[in-house]
Formats: sequence, C-alpha cells, structure tokens
Amino acid sequence: MQVCVLGLIAGCGGGGSVAAPATPNAMGFAAVDQGYLLQARQMQALSFAVHIPLVCFGIAFPVIILFVEWRYLRTGDELYRTLARRWTRVMVALFAVGVITGTILSFEMGLLWPAFTATFGGVFGLGFAVEGFSFFLEAIFAGIYVYGWDRLSPKMHFASGVPMAIAGFTGSLTVIAVNGWMNHPTGFTLRDGKVTDVHPFEALFENSYFWHELIHMYLAGYMVTGFVLAGAYSVGRLRGRWGRYERTALAIPLTIAALASPAQIVVGDWAARTVAEDQPIKLGALEGLGQTTRGAPEHLLGWYSAGEVHYGIAIPKLLSLLAYHNLNATVLGLNAFPPDQIPPVNVVRIAFQLMVGIGTALALLGVIYFVARARGKHLPDSAWFYRALVVAGPASVVALISGWVTTEVGRQPWVVYGVMRTSEAVTGAAGIPIGYGTLAAVYLGLVVAVVWILRRLAAAPLPPRNPPAPRYATTVGR
Amino acid sequence: MLSYLPLIFVLVGLVLYTVLAGADMGAGLWQLMTGRGPHAVRIRDHAHHTIGPVWEANHVWLIFVLTVLWTSYPTVFGSILSTLSVPFFLAAIGIILRGAAYALQSGTSIPRERRVIDTVFALSSILTPFALGAAVGGVASRRVPVGNAAGNLITSWLNPTSILVGVLAVMVAAFLAAVYLCSDAVRLGEPELVRSFRARAIGTGVITGVISIAGLAVLRFDAAPLFDGLVHGPGLAAIIVSGLAGIATLLLVGRRNPMRARGTAALAVAAIIAGWALAQQPVLLPGLTVEQAAASNRTMLAVVIAVLGGAVILFPSLALLFRLVLHGRFDPGAADAPATEVTPAPRPARGHGLQAWSAVGSLVVGAGLLVLADTGWAQALGVVFLANFIVLGYLACTPADIAAADPQKTGRSTTMEVTRADPTVR
Repeated sequence: MQVCVLGLIAGCGGGGSVAAPATPNAMGFAAVDQGYLLQARQMQALSFAVHIPLVCFGIAFPVIILFVEWRYLRTGDELYRTLARRWTRVMVALFAVGVITGTILSFEMGLLWPAFTATFGGVFGLGFAVEGFSFFLEAIFAGIYVYGWDRLSPKMHFASGVPMAIAGFTGSLTVIAVNGWMNHPTGFTLRDGKVTDVHPFEALFENSYFWHELIHMYLAGYMVTGFVLAGAYSVGRLRGRWGRYERTALAIPLTIAALASPAQIVVGDWAARTVAEDQPIKLGALEGLGQTTRGAPEHLLGWYSAGEVHYGIAIPKLLSLLAYHNLNATVLGLNAFPPDQIPPVNVVRIAFQLMVGIGTALALLGVIYFVARARGKHLPDSAWFYRALVVAGPASVVALISGWVTTEVGRQPWVVYGVMRTSEAVTGAAGIPIGYGTLAAVYLGLVVAVVWILRRLAAAPLPPRNPPAPRYATTVGR
Repeated sequence: MLSYLPLIFVLVGLVLYTVLAGADMGAGLWQLMTGRGPHAVRIRDHAHHTIGPVWEANHVWLIFVLTVLWTSYPTVFGSILSTLSVPFFLAAIGIILRGAAYALQSGTSIPRERRVIDTVFALSSILTPFALGAAVGGVASRRVPVGNAAGNLITSWLNPTSILVGVLAVMVAAFLAAVYLCSDAVRLGEPELVRSFRARAIGTGVITGVISIAGLAVLRFDAAPLFDGLVHGPGLAAIIVSGLAGIATLLLVGRRNPMRARGTAALAVAAIIAGWALAQQPVLLPGLTVEQAAASNRTMLAVVIAVLGGAVILFPSLALLFRLVLHGRFDPGAADAPATEVTPAPRPARGHGLQAWSAVGSLVVGAGLLVLADTGWAQALGVVFLANFIVLGYLACTPADIAAADPQKTGRSTTMEVTRADPTVR
C-alpha cells in the first residue's frame, strides 16, 4: 500500500520544488480552456460560504436541543420543554435550507468540476456515498423529532432525536475526510494520467489532515451555534427582555461556545503545524513569508507584496517557534517554490489572520465569562458584555468562513494538492458567469428569506401545551 | 457483476426519488392549481401538510443517486453533468426555491404572502422535475458523449426526447401526488378532499398514459435505439407492466380504494424507469459500456459494502418514519401523547470549585499533549482531555442554575413577555 502521489509531498517537504503537474487524465477528460476559472471558483466559494454556517447548526443544534430536552425530562421544568420546542422550530427551518444548499454543492461537483470528479470520483467518492446515509438518517429523524412533539411519549421523542444528533456528526466526518484527502492525497497511484491501485478507505481516513480538520470543524460548529444563539438573546437582553427563559436560552449556548473557544485555539495550533509539515507553501502564504528564513518572525496585520509583509507588526522568531517548536528553525519561504504553485498570498493571509484574530477574541470573551462566573452566581451585569456577544455571533461565522478560505484558497492552484490543478478540473461548458450571477441572486433572496423566517419564528408565541399541529388546523375552517 | 451492482443501486435510488420526491413535487403543483375559496385553501393545506415530515428524507434519494454515480462511474457523472449543465443548473435553482418556499410557508398565514410563496413553490415544483426529466432524455437519446462538456450545451436537453421526458416527469409527479393525497384524505376522513384528488388522479393518470403512448412515436424518430429497446424483449415487458399498473391504479382510485393505489401507481412509474434501463443496457453513454465506465474493483466493492451496510440502518428508519406518517400519528389533531410523567429530580449539591479546577487541568494537559506530542495516540489523548475540559467546564459553570437564580435588576420583563404575540402569526 504505497502512499503514492509520485513522491510529490515528500519532495516539497524536503524543501525542494514540487514536480511538474501531473498530466491529465482518464478517458477524454483532458484539460479544457475555460476563460472563467476564477468565476467558477468564486461560484463554488459562494455556494460553500452559504452552506457551511448551516452545517454548524446541523452539527451542534440537535445536540444542544436534546440536552435541553433531557433537562426537561430530568427536572420536569416546563421552561426547558418550551425552549427545546422553540429551538426545534428554528432548527427545522435551518435544516431545510441546509438540505438544499448541500444539494447544490453536490451538483457543482459535476457542473463546475467534472474533470475532478471524473478522474478521482472512484477515490474520494465513497466519502460522499457514506455521507448520504448520514444525511438520510438526519432527515428521517428530524422529521420524526419535529413532528413528534406531543405525539410521541417524552422518552420516545427524546430517543428519536439521538440518531439525528449522531448523523450530524458522522455526516461532517465523511465530508471532511474528503477535504483532508484533497489536501493530503493518498490511497491511489497515478500512472500515465490514470488513477490506479485505488484504496478508498485508506484515502479517506489515513490522510494526515482528516483528524485535525474534523475536530477543528466540530468545535467550530459549537462555537458558531453557541455564539449566534447567545448573540440573538443578547439583543433581547439589550432591549430589556431578560426573564428566566431568556437567561437560560442565553446561558446554555454561551457556556458551550465559551468552552469550545479555548479548546479551538489548541486544535488550530495542531492544524497549523500539520500544514507546516505537509503543505509548506500554504504555510508560507498564510504567514506571508517571502524568503526562506532561519528563526522566522510572525507578522501581525500588514499587506504582502514583493516577497515581504509591509506595515505589519513583526514578532521575532515566533513563527519558527510555533511551527517547529524551535526558535531558530528554518521556515521555507515562498521563494523556495515555483511561482506557478503559489496561492494568492494576501487572500490566504488575511483570511488566516481574520480567523485567528476572531478566534482569539472569542476565547477571551469566554474567559471573561468564566471569570465573571467564578466571582458570582449570576450572569455578567455589564451591557458591554452583551454588546460583545451580539458581535460575537456574526464574527464567529466570519471566522468560520475565513478558516475555510484559508485552507481552500491556500491549497490553490491545486484541487488535489500536488496532483491536479483547479484549472485541469474545471468544466468546459460555457455560461459560468450566467450561472454565477443567477446563483448569487437566488442566494441573496435565500438569505433574506431565512432572516425573515427566523424573525417570524422569534416573534411567534410560545406553543401552548399540547397544541394542534401548527399550520394546518389553524387555517382549516376559515 | 460487481460493475453492475452500483448501477442497480443508482436505478433503485432513481425510482425511489421519482415515486417519493416526485410526488412531493406534484403536491407543490397541486398547491397552484386550486383556484380560490375555502375549499382551495383546504386543498393547499392538505398538500402542504402531508409532505411535511417526509420531503427532506425523500429528497436525499437524489443525493444518493449522484454520490453513488460519481463514485462508481466517475466518467459518466462528469460527462453527464458537464454536457447537461443547463438543465441540472435549472433543477438546482428549482430545488433551492422549493426548499426555501417550503420553509417559508410555515412562517405566515397572511393570504397575500401565502399566495406569493405558494406560487414560487408550485413553479419550482414544475421546473425541477421538468429539468431533471429533460436531462434524462438527453442521456436516453444518446446526446451525451464521453468527455468534459463534449456534447451540445443546448440541443442535448432541448430536443424532442428531452421535452417528452420532461413533460412526462411533471405529469407523473402530479399523478403520484394526486393518488397519494387522495389516499391521505381517506385516512383523514375528508370526503371533499378525497373527491377533489380522485378527479385529479384519474385526470392526470389518463393524460400521462396518452402522452406515454404518443411519446413512443417521438422516440421512434428521435431516439431509435431507445425505441427499439422499448418495443422488444425485456424493455417491452417493463412497458406492459407499467401500463397494467397504471390501469390498475385508475381502477383502484375510481373504486374508492386509493390506499392500495399508492403501490400500483409507484409500480407504474418504477416500471418505466426499469424499461429505460433495460432498453439502454449495456451502454451507459455512446461508446461506453457499464463495464468500461466502472471504477476500480476495490472501489466498487467498497460502494457495495457501504450501501448494503447503510441499507441495514436506512430501511428500518424509513419504515419507522413512513409507518408513523401513514398511520396518521403526525396528522393534525392526532391523539396527543399522554402528559409527561416526569418528576423533578432533587438536585444534588456539587463541588463546583473542584470541577472548575479539574476542567482547567484537563485543558492544560490536553493542550500540552496536542502542542508538544507528535504521535497519533498522544494527539488522540489530547482530544479526549479537551472534550473532558468542555464537559467538566459546563458542569462547573452550571449555566441553567445561574440563569434561574439571576437576581437581575436591569431587566424589566418577565418570562411571558417574550411571547408577545405577533398579530401576523396566530
């Protein structure tokens, strides 16, 4: 079971240049001339940016709602039941939007990147096929859970939510395995442009990016869900809505997100060191390191041009320390690589700094919360704390998307790192700008619609005890 | 054999997508064609309500078809999606609009808003099956060559066969929906709705049958190889089964037994898809047989294992969902579960300080392991410690307790105030 990729990864890890791009490609899927590659990439990025926050809610929201329902079962306190029911209504709306935006992503595997899928579908595709089953379970049990309130016994209802929560995790697991493989392709051999000797399970689960990406994303799911929920109730707090219900609805997700944030920093460090080891070009781009440097400094802020960071704050030797745990370690600069293999440095670097900056700020916010908690048996009093939480919700989404920009744009110009260029993967079909414009307009409408429905749900009354089914019965007979 | 098994999975998925999600789209179509007045509102609500618990699960069959196709026959997937990018993009837009409109429908009961949303829902419910049907027509009439967008971007899906299949897909969706909705109305004890959907089922059933027969003439000129496959041997057998099942459906619906008609209606549609597959095999795309298109043996084996393993979990879950739905457990006004028998548990006193310090300790150890150690097991242990930090940290914070005990001075409202009723939502 040789780990293949023509020794490309080893080659660049050793400080040399990456070998020439592999020539495509099986069965008529030769590289095509596509004038709108950039637009295709942007269209993919847009689709992804709309979908990925919903994934966070798919990962974390069922678990949080189940936890609240479990508290109801344990304490008999109606408040938890009301909270779980109201959150269920939000979850079902977000889940519906997640289902359709996820479908668009799977269409785009063929609409935008047919040569990628046609060449490597047999290697990575299994991850999505397995994910399909997670998706099924999520959809099935979401249906049962949502419609089962009041119609199933409390314990049965709680049990029906458990597969939904598990599937939220396993679904992201297999998709992230595919992304890990794209960053660290293993489990196949490329011979004369043809993929042979395929080991799909090895490709998905034995690449070195899988574990840290999975845990990084999983924690991000809890951070985004937690901070967005806490932010929403902070708006209410600032407007004077601050009963026990609101305090509980704020405290539970806030605590979860505040705990996930410091852990996320540790996992992020792990991820960055794996990048340093396996994708030194990406490291060079996200740090803006133009020249190979012994004892490399870390630059905060600034703008990269002509091989160095301008207007940045340099912290001497920090990059060497962080990446290799050695103040005087040599870090490969971008000059060590052929220019046609370097990702767009400023995009990657700014996204990376946004993610790290916001992530650090969120962790600090968490620490402030813990200190306040340690000093008193109530939530913080300061209005500034809640103003910060209002910002933290959207900021966590920005950090999430920035993180994905870092890893995805940082992998450019490759779609399969070191093996297939994005330009070799793109469709030969015309009309990408039309598709991009249409999708952008539709997604804009979708975002407006989601905001509208969430506001409606927030304004809707708490469901009364044992109500009839929401829509149908109220309009019938009118 | 191994190279055919995943194709059978794909076809089964396609059949299930058509008979399940197709019917959901038909329900959307019937929401548009109701006219006005209280009966029309009931028809719309009936169509909306019945798909509620199931449409997402039904939709996933499409994902299943796509993922198994691209894993097992990657070249076929790349060729089809790139040449037929226009209809697939249109279907994608339809899917977005449909899903969004469905989510929005539960947010309003204002007639003006409902009308706009219902119209979007209905139009997208027509667009999606038409576009997917047109794409199938392009493949069936051999207009998709192997390669990256190697076929014509327009005529590959705007041609007689594609238009025929697209229209048939819409009609089939409407027919299936009418049959299912009629059956649901029987269960709900709504004689007026039963009558409405019985008429719709019979009407669309007859029209679908007529289009199918007339369509054979279209295929004869536009897709001769497909036509030959459909009028000979196993293809012909499938077409006959489909016709008989269609007639049986009409009889069952007419004889007031729509519950049974669900099965025959689905069979009629499944047989058409089977007939297409039988007529076209062993060729997937021009010059590319199933054997040639198949991914490596190890991948095919992995797909078969994954799908069969997944099916062991999937089908009992689906059976549970559909049993609950078809037995009326999720119907409006269904018998509520008995009020909860939970009893408040006494809260044990806990040493929060100890938990807090254990949490901090877990974070430090977890961070140390992840930052300093390089071996896999140490990293795994580090992750376990981080998880431990989160759990212990949560227990130490007791957020629910501090929320309950909060002696707030600034807040002026009570629990009930958040329930301020929006006049638009009742």
